[in-house]
Amino acid sequence: MSTPDAAPGGVARVRRQVGLALPPVALGVAFVAAWQAWVTVRDIQPFVIPAPSKIWQSFTSDFGLVRAASVVTGTNALIGLLIGSLLGFAVAVVTNRFALVSEVVNPLAVTVAAIPAVVIVGVLNNMYALDSQVARRIMTTIAVFFVVFVQVSKGLRQNNPTHLELMRSYAASPRQVLTKVRLPNALSYFFTGVRTAAPLALIISLVSEYFGGPQNGLGTKIASTLSGSNKALGFAYVLGGSIVGLLFYLGSSLLEYVAVPWQRRRESR
Amino acid sequence: MTKKPASPPADDAVVVRDLLKVFNRGKPNQVDALVDVQLTVRRGEFVSLIGPSGCGKSTLLRLIADLIQPTQGSVIVNGKPAHQARLDQDYGMAFQQSGLFEWRTVARNIELPLELKGWDKTRRRARSREMLELVKLPDFAGHMPWQLSGGMQQRVAIARALAAHPPLLLMDEPFGALDEMTREHMQAELLRICSETGTTVVFVTHSIPEAVYLADRVVVMSPRPGRITRIVEVGMGRDRTELTREATDFFDRVTDVREALRGAELGAQARGIEDR
Repeated sequence: MSTPDAAPGGVARVRRQVGLALPPVALGVAFVAAWQAWVTVRDIQPFVIPAPSKIWQSFTSDFGLVRAASVVTGTNALIGLLIGSLLGFAVAVVTNRFALVSEVVNPLAVTVAAIPAVVIVGVLNNMYALDSQVARRIMTTIAVFFVVFVQVSKGLRQNNPTHLELMRSYAASPRQVLTKVRLPNALSYFFTGVRTAAPLALIISLVSEYFGGPQNGLGTKIASTLSGSNKALGFAYVLGGSIVGLLFYLGSSLLEYVAVPWQRRRESR
Repeated sequence: MTKKPASPPADDAVVVRDLLKVFNRGKPNQVDALVDVQLTVRRGEFVSLIGPSGCGKSTLLRLIADLIQPTQGSVIVNGKPAHQARLDQDYGMAFQQSGLFEWRTVARNIELPLELKGWDKTRRRARSREMLELVKLPDFAGHMPWQLSGGMQQRVAIARALAAHPPLLLMDEPFGALDEMTREHMQAELLRICSETGTTVVFVTHSIPEAVYLADRVVVMSPRPGRITRIVEVGMGRDRTELTREATDFFDRVTDVREALRGAELGAQARGIEDR
């Protein structure tokens, strides 16, 4: 079935998206090339700044190490992202039922989200065994929670005024307005929140490792190798972290794309 | 002993009496949105409300819809107080924004008012199919709103407004965001739909040709304070085609409405009120 003014044809769209992707990719390539050239020409020693070629060598030869550390940190981030997202959604729905509570909680949430709360992990660490990842997962959960909570709260309150007037003209009950208008609207905000929180989850998990606990994640590996002489391996860990972060972002973007297809239209207009 | 009839005669769809609507009463930003409004819309009639912005035409429509309450006066819809008429879903409504729910298919958008009435699924499906036939979009039941053009979205909004077969349709500049070609086409479609369903329409617009082309009567309003200044009988019958837009009668009525609007504006200036 054809739609009259559907999106432009597939070829044109692919061409446009390649066109959009080209400048950042070119910039990245140019940056790596310049780095390589600088290190070679100036003869910079590898224990100061390793060349990209050396980093890549280290990444491939020690891939097992990088992968193991990435899995540890990635798992912490994923668990925190899942629990934090669900919790953020649930608490936002509950507090928004009570106007007063949400008026108190919302500014608080925005404030808390802005302070470097990652130090909490130091306190949490004292509460769990030395080989436990729980403190980091809790920290990540907290960070994700606030991002998603703020987004969902917004989605529950910022409705299309026409939708609300229509519901009033149908003599709909507050409960019906919630289930037919506010919740579906909040859903698209929820997935936007998850997409925003996904890379954050990884960074928080990684940074949390600096405050004690097991030494097998990306954060601790990066810290220990970068302070030693094998800088190439250190940067290989950084590369591993970048790849996991990218996967998180792509995964959550895909989820948003599939779960709330109307959202991508809104943003592309 | 003779009693006055408790409710107006059954052939009136809307009866507005001695209506006063004041916003922010007693405050420095008090606005007399509507003053001394009397309006009767007969069953099956098509009435356009026209006037410059601030004349209260949308406010009047919302008062009829019981989306807001009058400061004084009464609004009777379908023989009962406006509030009761809203609870009974005696009217359907369409706005300038189609207001379709992005997360619902076209069919499920049309079915929403029926869902809220507690209709079962089979009955809802049958009705949405019937409504899509009526607005000539039978193949689009499963589409999402964003896959439709602006004109098609407005058709769906009209189908939704009429889904419960209400006797009255209230429209607030529903074609205001459409291009001129689509707009004229939609006007003709609306007339066809109304004559097929026998629906009474109150239609807010600020396009003079649109008001005249559609309506049996054009209610001309003026601002500060918002009120009805004149009611122009169009009197061109109901069979209106594209030729109607080129008829002498049509131009005469357009001129009448334009002069009524200008008169209202001059009147407002004569009372020493800044009008711009």
